[in-house]
Amino acid sequence: MTIEVRKPGLSTTVQDAGRTGYYDLGIPPSGALDQYSLRAANLLVGNAEGDAVLECVYMGPELVFSEAAVVAVTGAAMVPKVNGEERPQWESFAVDAGDVLSFAYLTGGARAYVAVSGGVDVPVVLGSRSTYGLGALGGFSGRPLAAGDVLPVGSGSGSAGRSVPEDLRTTYSKDVEVRVMMGLYDHRLTAGGRATFLDTTWKLTPVADRIGFRYSGAELETVDREPPFGAGQDPSNIVDAPYPIGSIQVPGSVEPIVLHRDAVSGGGYMMVATVLSGDLDVVAQSAPGTRTRFVEVDLDGALALRAERRARDARLREALG
Amino acid sequence: MSARYSWGGDEFVFVELAEEMSLQANFRAMAITNALREQRPDGLVDICPANASYQVRYDPDVLDPHTLMAQLQALEEQVGDASDVALPTRVLEIPVLYRDPWTTETLMRFRDRHQDPDGTDISYAARINGYASEDEFIAAHSGSPWFTSMVGFVAGLPFKYQMVPRDRQIVVPKYLRPRTDTPKQTVGYGGCFSCIYSVRGAGGYQMFGITPAPIYDPTQSLPDFTDFMVFFRPGDIVKFRPIDRDEYDARLAEVEAGTFRIRQAPVEFALAPFLDDPDGYNARLLEVLA
Repeated sequence: MTIEVRKPGLSTTVQDAGRTGYYDLGIPPSGALDQYSLRAANLLVGNAEGDAVLECVYMGPELVFSEAAVVAVTGAAMVPKVNGEERPQWESFAVDAGDVLSFAYLTGGARAYVAVSGGVDVPVVLGSRSTYGLGALGGFSGRPLAAGDVLPVGSGSGSAGRSVPEDLRTTYSKDVEVRVMMGLYDHRLTAGGRATFLDTTWKLTPVADRIGFRYSGAELETVDREPPFGAGQDPSNIVDAPYPIGSIQVPGSVEPIVLHRDAVSGGGYMMVATVLSGDLDVVAQSAPGTRTRFVEVDLDGALALRAERRARDARLREALG
Repeated sequence: MSARYSWGGDEFVFVELAEEMSLQANFRAMAITNALREQRPDGLVDICPANASYQVRYDPDVLDPHTLMAQLQALEEQVGDASDVALPTRVLEIPVLYRDPWTTETLMRFRDRHQDPDGTDISYAARINGYASEDEFIAAHSGSPWFTSMVGFVAGLPFKYQMVPRDRQIVVPKYLRPRTDTPKQTVGYGGCFSCIYSVRGAGGYQMFGITPAPIYDPTQSLPDFTDFMVFFRPGDIVKFRPIDRDEYDARLAEVEAGTFRIRQAPVEFALAPFLDDPDGYNARLLEVLA
């Protein structure tokens, strides 16, 4: 079975749970930016949780199915339509051979996830089907989808009419809190700089892609120093170092950038905090203009939040298993 | 000296071995991460050595964060200053067409982001490092070996540190504001690092030239990529060799024919004897490429 891409949407890529083990050579994890929506979409259609889906940013694609299939759309509020008729999100539905799946305008969030029973069956590269665009790796020819692409789909046994319980669905707001752990180079901030970072309502700029999400809103005060050899003159410069996924770098001490799943793996800008892994989903579903507060938690708080997230995932599996 | 440890959120530990760059700090990062790779506790996902730091990614549901932190601190103690470590590695020859037409065309599009809008990147670098001419600067850049102290930024991009005493090292700031374009295989410079851009894209390093040698091949169709799609590994030692346009075109033809190989030879690198006599050590090191 195949899916033909009639219109690619703004930027639609094949993504799964991501690849690990190559970050030391500059190959990032990639994978769905919103991992919860990935899992939910897959479970709805009877796939393994980490199977490959289509990640659709801001404007959805138009897809034609060569055979009957079971489909689910999760993530951003972007109503799917089959031959022009609306279908629910967070619920699996059937399509017939020749049916056209398209999308209404985005009304909340930023990224929708389209899962097909059987999973998108592009080749596995370094353990994952995810697209890493900068490296022209994985996904469909290592790039966003284009009109005329024909995607292979595996065979699956999903059924229509399954839905995620209301309380397990994500809703989206233009005002969000993103939980972070301070650290890395936050010692480069004065007490005032640190307070500014945590107290400011930051606004997401249009630079909001799989590599990084750039926020505007304030300038952070740094501690005076003699620049260490190899770092460069700007107070926000460090000797090039690895960047944790989710770390927040602040070039020039303005405009924090959350590095996401296609992050550059290292560089010379100070990082002052790291977004908790679960809250990377919140960042992923932030559209430009989203007002954001970074909320500090410590390690114990972070581990407790992980436990909460695992419990929610367990309920999802139970509901859709 | 003592390392500085920090959580990078719930899934990373970041360790800074030194605030400033030095080969000693880099060697410690490499020795610690090599030892950690051998220990490989369950739940460890990625081990990323870097210039004067390293980071690990781990699954805290499998590996308790405090257990990991204690293990890393014990490793630091055990490795010490790593001065007695001998690193099995290789010396590579990278041909470079300095002042090539493609990086020259690109840099001309971004003069408004550069310290010297009226000059080129290489003329600026030569001037601020006190070289009388671009040719003298090129001789210095290509004359000494370079140590690959980190791989990353994008897939397979090597950061290279010049293997000469600090007072002779080239130092050039990055662009004032990053460019949105850099040709693939550009030989660049930022701070105290030379690099080779593995893919086309944004970047802020000064651009001095281009190499015909692919260093990243996601299709693994070239012979240098039989084992893996990324060519460089931390610890590789590089000698840049200036070439002219004719040789550049000839090598490019070899790449396109699928016959190009990067000249390389295995060596063992030891830090203490290098620091004792850098020039003598470098001369012996580069003999393997003769």
